[in-house]
Amino acid sequence: MPLEGKGLSYRYAQDGPWLLRRREITVRRGEVVGLQGPSGCGKTTLGRILAGYLQPHEGTVTLAGKAVRAARGYHPIQMVFQHPEQAVNPKWTMRSTIQEGWQADQPTMHRLGINEAWLDRVPAELSGGELQRCCIARALGPETAYLIADEMTAMLDAVTQAQIWHAMLELAQERSLGLLVISHDENLLKRICSRIEPM
Amino acid sequence: MTRVMFDSVARLQTRSAVYPIDYKRRSLLILLTAAALLMMLIMAGWLTNPDALSVQLDQRNLPPSFQHLFGTDWLGRDMFVRVMKGLLLSIQTGLAGAVCSAMIAAVLGIASALFGRQADRIITWLTDLFLSVPHLVALILVAFVCGGGMKGIVIGIALTHWPALARLIRAEAMQLMAAQYVQVSRRLGRSLFWIARRHMLPHLLPQLTVGLILLFPHAILHEAAVTFIGLGLPPHQPAIGIILSESMRYLSSGMWWLAVLPGAALLAAVRAFDVIGSHTKRLLDSQQYERL
Amino acid sequence: MSLLQVENLSISFARYAGWLRREIIMPVRQLDLALQAGEITALVGASGSGKSLLAHAILGILPANASLGGSILYKGEKLTAARQAKLRGKDIMLVPQSVTYLDPLMRSGAQVCLAARGGDPRKLQRAAFRRYRLDNEVEQMYPHQLSGGMARRIMAASAFVSGACMIIADEPTPGMQAEDAAETMKWFRELADQGHAVLLITHDLEAAVAGADRIAVMNAGMTVEWLPASHFSDKGERLQHPYSRALWNSLPANGFYVPQSDWRAVSSREGPGCPFASCCELAAAICREEQPGMREGERGWVRCHAS
Repeated sequence: MPLEGKGLSYRYAQDGPWLLRRREITVRRGEVVGLQGPSGCGKTTLGRILAGYLQPHEGTVTLAGKAVRAARGYHPIQMVFQHPEQAVNPKWTMRSTIQEGWQADQPTMHRLGINEAWLDRVPAELSGGELQRCCIARALGPETAYLIADEMTAMLDAVTQAQIWHAMLELAQERSLGLLVISHDENLLKRICSRIEPM
Repeated sequence: MTRVMFDSVARLQTRSAVYPIDYKRRSLLILLTAAALLMMLIMAGWLTNPDALSVQLDQRNLPPSFQHLFGTDWLGRDMFVRVMKGLLLSIQTGLAGAVCSAMIAAVLGIASALFGRQADRIITWLTDLFLSVPHLVALILVAFVCGGGMKGIVIGIALTHWPALARLIRAEAMQLMAAQYVQVSRRLGRSLFWIARRHMLPHLLPQLTVGLILLFPHAILHEAAVTFIGLGLPPHQPAIGIILSESMRYLSSGMWWLAVLPGAALLAAVRAFDVIGSHTKRLLDSQQYERL
Repeated sequence: MSLLQVENLSISFARYAGWLRREIIMPVRQLDLALQAGEITALVGASGSGKSLLAHAILGILPANASLGGSILYKGEKLTAARQAKLRGKDIMLVPQSVTYLDPLMRSGAQVCLAARGGDPRKLQRAAFRRYRLDNEVEQMYPHQLSGGMARRIMAASAFVSGACMIIADEPTPGMQAEDAAETMKWFRELADQGHAVLLITHDLEAAVAGADRIAVMNAGMTVEWLPASHFSDKGERLQHPYSRALWNSLPANGFYVPQSDWRAVSSREGPGCPFASCCELAAAICREEQPGMREGERGWVRCHAS
């Protein structure tokens, strides 16, 4: 069941310039697709449309041929963002955060290198890398079919980046998730993607 | 380049640590003092003997003394007891009004952010409408319609004091609604109601608490004002507004204590609430984690 | 003699843990670094390793609940609060990371004029605009009208006209396309060539290796290694600290290896010994007993017993 964006167009203002114009994109399950382009070219916007965070002005997002309904329920296309500290409630412990969408199981958390001791802490007590691992765990519920990683490791050091991506790719393969990796880093995309789409 | 500079592990020349004074402790102390003062006022209102309110014509118009701290009035009633009873009544009325008001503000503010543009438009219009009428005028109208008395005052306060707080809550809730983690929560299948309860309320609670406490003095003053002009509580009740209104007639005859001391007591109570409110705000604000 | 010497710098914060209990945390514990005029020095470390705090400490803009240990010498003299107030923005210039640091109500030409020192501000600004290929119309634009590239040029132009001896750039190239990052680095190189000392604070090792003369690697609030950038090459054989090697080899372009040991920050650890003793594959008995000092090896300075 491929994820398809058909004829997606988007602009901020009613009469402003088009950020996206009749954009086509296809990601299949088990595939790792890179999306590369300079900043401000609409990579993030495309990712947000696919994950249901934005409504396109024209075009549709379909999953296995059916239009994805963004309105309610667990969204099968999840997204992980560049700044994990903005993507978690600062007052919640990591335990509540990870379990917001599903009961994250031990193996998944272990694979992502999430330490049991972090679960009782609040975001301010964890580093960016630690928070990002938690955000990934949160997004990997059983109903997740596709994951969009928007500059997921751009703010992290190389060691953490390598650790997170190795775990991510293993998990994606196991669950035959489709991954759309948005990044400015060509070396990273070459390393992990089976195919790179220019923006 | 000097060689020695890096072999510095052994040399620990720590500058004497100057940490700022513990503002939290100070705030807490001030807060507790103000709260204690208020408690004293309330206890005094409760515990004083209502017999002192009876008419004693042989003790008329006495200036303040140790026996009668605030003096006595033209009917020989002890002014201290009257004022304390009056304050207690005012605080009760104010509390009821302020709580209702804060609840209206919370519901409307959150609903504004939660239920989309159309709902927001209606609520904003309503807020502006209520905000455009002066508190006191609206309060007088409501109290008049309700036929005076405690009920009228409480409803009046509840209906007139929410708009400012509602605006504040709405702005905050709007911001929360746009926060990335709330957006994520939606995609994880959480309902709007769940988001309001789990993501928004905990964030808004400090705002609401502070708003509630700061509404309080306002409510008391307005209650006193409405009673003063005769639309509030019935004259036989020892409300502060009534005391002040009556004492006006005796001011010119040199009986200053009838107006000044009740006025000062009202001011002290209001100010105490104000201090509690602003210091609670400070304490709650500092609870927001300081990031490094 | 170096322009700026940071010696055994530690930065600690007092903060509330819960309602009234206060604790002291120390995100930076042993930071040693020296900057030479005419060179670009990059301070590389994970986010949260405390590297941005160094910039704040040098400029004297740490929050009130911070306290400093060790020393910072500028031109051989200790940096005091009074000296910092006099130097910042004149001798020491900060290049901020994004357009949000520009005054939103000021035309960009005026912003650059404001930074100019030593000569007619107008002339200096015109020259800087020519240098950074900014059209004359840009002078009249407000920050929100600038594209990302133009804003970066404006900030570079401000540093260029300031005549500062030292320029600190905090994460100047995050999320930037390779060509844009290269262009930004080229500007810093030009500034260094004119005799400025440039301190580049970044988590992007690749950019640092491409653009800097010397690299200081930071982890858990300590500088673990400080050496010429050229040693970051091949499989990292010429690096001396195991963490630097792990960092180098985990880059997507260099193997993307996940290191055996877990180099996650161990900053909360107290007591004797190297903070990485528990996770380092080279750890020996001495590593658990004695904290290593920064010592000079054949290729640079390193804080490790094993290398």
